[in-house]
Parts: sequence; structure tokens; C-alpha cells
Amino acid sequence: MAIFLNADSKVLVQGMTGSEGTKHTRRMVASGTNVVAGVTPGKGGQEVDGIPVFNNVGEAMAATGANVSVVFVPPKFAKAAVIEAVDAAIPLCVVITEGIPIHDTAAFFQYAENSGKTRLVGPNCPGLISPGLSNAGIIPGDITKKGRIGLVSKSGTLTYQMMFELRDLGFSSCVGIGGDPIIGTTHIDCLAAFEADPETEVIVMIGEIGGDAEERAAAFIKDNVTKPVIGYVAGFTAPEGKTMGHAGAIVSGSSGTAAAKKDALEAVGVRVGKTPSEAARLVREVLASR
Amino acid sequence: MDLYEYQAKELFAKHGVAVVPGKVCFTPEEAHAVATEIGTTVVVKAQVKTGGRGKAGGVKLADNASDAKDRAQDILGLDIKGHIVHKVLVAEAADIAEEYYVSFLLDRTNRTFLAMASVEGGVEIEEVAVNNPEALAMIRVDAQVGCTLEKATEIADAAKFPAEVRDQVIEMLQSLWKVLVEEDATLVEVNPLARITDGRVLALDGKVSLDDNAQYRHESHLALIDNAQTDPIELRAKEFDLNYVKLQGEVGIIGNGAGLVMSTLDVVAYAGEEFGGIKPANFLDIGGGASAQVMANGLDIVLGDPEVKAVFVNVFGGITACDAVANGIVQAVGMLAERGEPITKPIVCRIDGNNAVEGRRILDESGIALIERVETMDDAARRVAQLAAGK
Repeated sequence: MAIFLNADSKVLVQGMTGSEGTKHTRRMVASGTNVVAGVTPGKGGQEVDGIPVFNNVGEAMAATGANVSVVFVPPKFAKAAVIEAVDAAIPLCVVITEGIPIHDTAAFFQYAENSGKTRLVGPNCPGLISPGLSNAGIIPGDITKKGRIGLVSKSGTLTYQMMFELRDLGFSSCVGIGGDPIIGTTHIDCLAAFEADPETEVIVMIGEIGGDAEERAAAFIKDNVTKPVIGYVAGFTAPEGKTMGHAGAIVSGSSGTAAAKKDALEAVGVRVGKTPSEAARLVREVLASR
Repeated sequence: MDLYEYQAKELFAKHGVAVVPGKVCFTPEEAHAVATEIGTTVVVKAQVKTGGRGKAGGVKLADNASDAKDRAQDILGLDIKGHIVHKVLVAEAADIAEEYYVSFLLDRTNRTFLAMASVEGGVEIEEVAVNNPEALAMIRVDAQVGCTLEKATEIADAAKFPAEVRDQVIEMLQSLWKVLVEEDATLVEVNPLARITDGRVLALDGKVSLDDNAQYRHESHLALIDNAQTDPIELRAKEFDLNYVKLQGEVGIIGNGAGLVMSTLDVVAYAGEEFGGIKPANFLDIGGGASAQVMANGLDIVLGDPEVKAVFVNVFGGITACDAVANGIVQAVGMLAERGEPITKPIVCRIDGNNAVEGRRILDESGIALIERVETMDDAARRVAQLAAGK
């Protein structure tokens, strides 16, 4: 089963003819993804490694049956690219692009919400992988294998770290939701999907400073999640008022601190590891006891 | 990027938000000249990017030009919560009848924008929110629709602005929204928004935060950057295009990916508790590439901090292969030696992921005595904290 992405996913890549797009298309194909099309305005009719390129998302979907888009276009063109994908009613649009102006993200997020047809993941995210089935984005395909752990994380490298720590056990799906102040798919969306996914037995949720997404996820877990959830939160030592790499990772005032997030999660019975390795140990404990 | 009050007011004026006439001054003499030009009682205000200026003695009234010069003399050089005052705003002193509050900001929780308005301005709005929440109107603004006349009216009425200022507030809200959108701001705030005794509604103070991601479409914003308050090591890092934040500690940190680096800071701080409170000295994310040049720049920056006693390089090779990272570290050490700045502090490395076995071999066989390789992130953090503590 997995969540959002499975063996039936047909992926198109917006910006496939660019250097990043081409590089990661090859990586996605190598990890078993069914990449059926590329989209670059004005380059319709070309091919990349035998994959046809179309001028727009609508044409690509009509010709290939693509149902997932991965967006690699530069920040300047990202808004137009996402709106085009939403207009074509693609069910899943994964925006890898980093550095998109927040007003653009706010606009295309609202546009996707209003359409009610497209699930956005990102922006500024590594994408998602259902190991052994499909890989949409830049998560390395060879860290781990198919298994029973569901993972949701704001951070790319912490996603990889956790996949690596638990590589022998394997994952149903790993979703990098991105570290920007506005993102499409949230921790809560992933928790709900993992709860409903019969192949997922335990959920790992990685958060970081900024916003109140983790606190809201805690409230959601309390009422809606029956599967065990293990947490990890990064940024305990982050100073107030400083941006730590991710545009969203900034502590302002008392809310948004790592301590507040950890407390909120623990208050609803989520065990939170002090380090990524400790969180991984907790996952092993939970799986061993089932 | 947060702006100074005077810069915020310049953007306000550009988009039709009514402000009090004034000018930024760097010396008491300039303050004298500006006060002479204004010709009425003026207010001399410290320009620092922090709140609580009034309480700290950073805002003073002056009856005439020579008084303004003296007040500027007092304020320039003041330390307000760690911010040294290098400039003051000299502006016409408004005869305030009532103080209000309005702002637009990014609403992360609802993934849109939010308007906040209150007829109880001039105080910390956080206090109003806690002590008198019904006095603070909070209205969501659709990013696609914007603050139309209808929306602005809804905001003004929700906050119960009195009839005599309602129309002016509605107009000002629409102009402020233009500042937010056209300047790519994430926050525009007016506190206080004041009705002055002649009936006009003016922005007496202003706060604007701009979105750095949108810099590319605002060339004029480059002129707003003021590095006087930025840490010198952070400035050098910026020249190298590195994402560096200076902290107070002894362990220099280099890693890839914002989340992993934040996590590394935490793990080092935990480990450091055992060694008398050793702490991370910085945040430095070298990103995905981690070429020799980027690694050399990173080491250069981190070792440029005299407080650093030991360095922790923590890399997870996702897309990047660990052998490339290891070669980067070895070459970086060589590059620094060639430049006559050989490393003198221990570097603890933990590399995992793609091609880690080969990467570890390269480090182990490099013959660089100061490089120490540790298998796991937790153990490496302990080791580097121990080295930084001199144990």
C-alpha cells in the first residue's frame, strides 16, 4: 500500500531538461520509479534518456497517464509550474525547488486548496519515497528497503539519517514535507495517511523549531492515531530570532521552541528521542514488543 | 531581513501609507540640521532592530534644534539590548489623541496571511493578545484575493475603529497590504497608528520584514542591507555563500542539511554537559555538494572563530558520495596549509551513507594527525566535546 506513492504511480518531471531535473530523473528511474514524461515549455517533442518531453503538464498527462508531478524548476518559475500542474488536476505535485518567495507559495498553495484536486508536497523538500515501489524527488533510493515504518520529516538529511539508522527494518513510505513556513502536505496529513495504511505499523515523526505544526500534530495524535508514534525534534540549541537554514526554522518568543514541541508530543504519549539514534532505538523497542 | 523604522517608513511612504515627515541622522550635527528644517518640536528615535527603545532611553522629545542635537548626542552609541545605536530618526513630534495598532503578517498555521488590528495601540500587542484578547481583531486574508476595500472594511469594523477615523484606517489598510505584497514582505506592522489632534491618522512607527527569497525581484532592497550589526564571521561566511550562524561555544560545527546540522548542535550540547558545559560554536550548513573548495571555506570560517577549540564535521552522504566528502576534507586541510594557515585544532569526523566505507578509508589513510574519525554521531559528539574541554 504505502502512502501517496505506490507501484502504480506514473511520474512526470517538470523541469526535466534542466541539469538538476535530468540528474534526479536518472536517480528516480534507477530506484525503480516509473518516470513517464518530462515537461519543459518550448521543448515538447524532445526526449531525455528516451523519456518524452511535453510543453505542458496537461499534454503530458493526456499522452502518458502521469499522476504525479515532481517540480524541479527554478524559484522564479515555480509558481507558474505548480499552477499549471493544478490546472491539469494532477493528483500529487511534489515541489522540490528551494528558495521560492513566500508570497508565491502562499498563492499556489491557496490555488491548489481551492481546486481540491491536487495534493501538494513541499516546497523546499526532498520529496517522498515508498521503498521498492516508487521515488518522487531527491531522497536516495538505496538507503533502505520496504518495511513497516512510516516516516514524516521537515528535514531532508534527518530523513536520510533516520532511514539509515533503521535501514535493516525498512519503511513503508518516507515523506519529506519541507522546512518552509508554508507547505502543502503537513505532519498531520501524513499521520492520518499512515494511520490508515495497513502496511505501516509504527510512525516516526521528525520535527524542528519554528511554527506550531508539531504541537498541532500532537493534538491530532491524541484523538486520531492508534499506532505507536516515535518523535524527534531538532533545534534545542537554536537561539531566538535566528534563521537556521530552513526558512521556517526560526524561534520567535516562547512558541515554536524545540522544548515546547517535545513537551506537547510527550504529553500525548509520543516517546521522543533525545538524538536521532535514540529515536531509532525507541522504534526498535516498539517493533520488538509487537 | 528586518528593516529599521526609518526604512520601513520609506516603504510606507512609497505606497501611500501616511507617515510623519522625518529623516535618518548619523551625527548630532545632522540631527540639528534636520530639526531646523522641520522647525517644530521633534522626536529623536534610536534606530535599532529591537523593541523597548522608549524604556531604554532611546526615544526623546526635543523642543528646538540645539535640543535635538543634544538628545541625538545622548542616544547615539547607546546599547539597547545588545544593539548599539548608530543612527537616529528625527521626525516631527505628532500631537497624539489616540493610539491604535494594525499589521499584516504571514500566518503559518493557516498557511495564508493574517490582518491584526486593535484600537488599543502603543503598547506591546502581545500583551493585548493575552490580557484583552477581544480587543484584538484577527482576520485571515486570502493570498490570492488580497486586502480589498471589502476586506479592509471588515478588518476596521472587527477592531471597532471609531467613526471619525474609520475611512482613513480602511484606506491605510489597503496601502499597507500593497507594501506587504509589492515589497514581498512577511510582516508589516504599525504600532502606534495614531489619530493626531488635527484629525489625521498617521503611522508613527513601522516594522517591516522582507522575504530574502524574493530579493531577486527587488534590486532596490539591496540598499536596505546594513551589516553594521552583523557578526564579522557571519559576514565572511555570506561572502562564501555559506549558511552560518555564530553561537557562543567551543565546538565548531560543519554539516550538510539544515535539519542534520541543527540536530548536531543539540547532540554536541548534550554531550558537552558531561564536560563542564561545552557548547556548539556555530551553525554551518555546507549543503549537498560538499566539494573540497566548499569544505575548505567552511573549515576556514569555523576555525576563524577564536573560541573554537575543536571541530565536528558531521556529514550524511545522501546524494553526495562520502568519498567525495572525505577527499574534500583532506584537500581542504591541504589548501589551508598551503595558504600558510595550517590547522592546529582537532577535527572529529563522522561520515555515513553513500560510499561511506571508501570515505572512511580516505580519512584513515590521510596521515593527518588532527583528523579523528568516529563511527556514530552520538559518539563523535562525545569525543569532540571531550577534546574541546581539553580532556
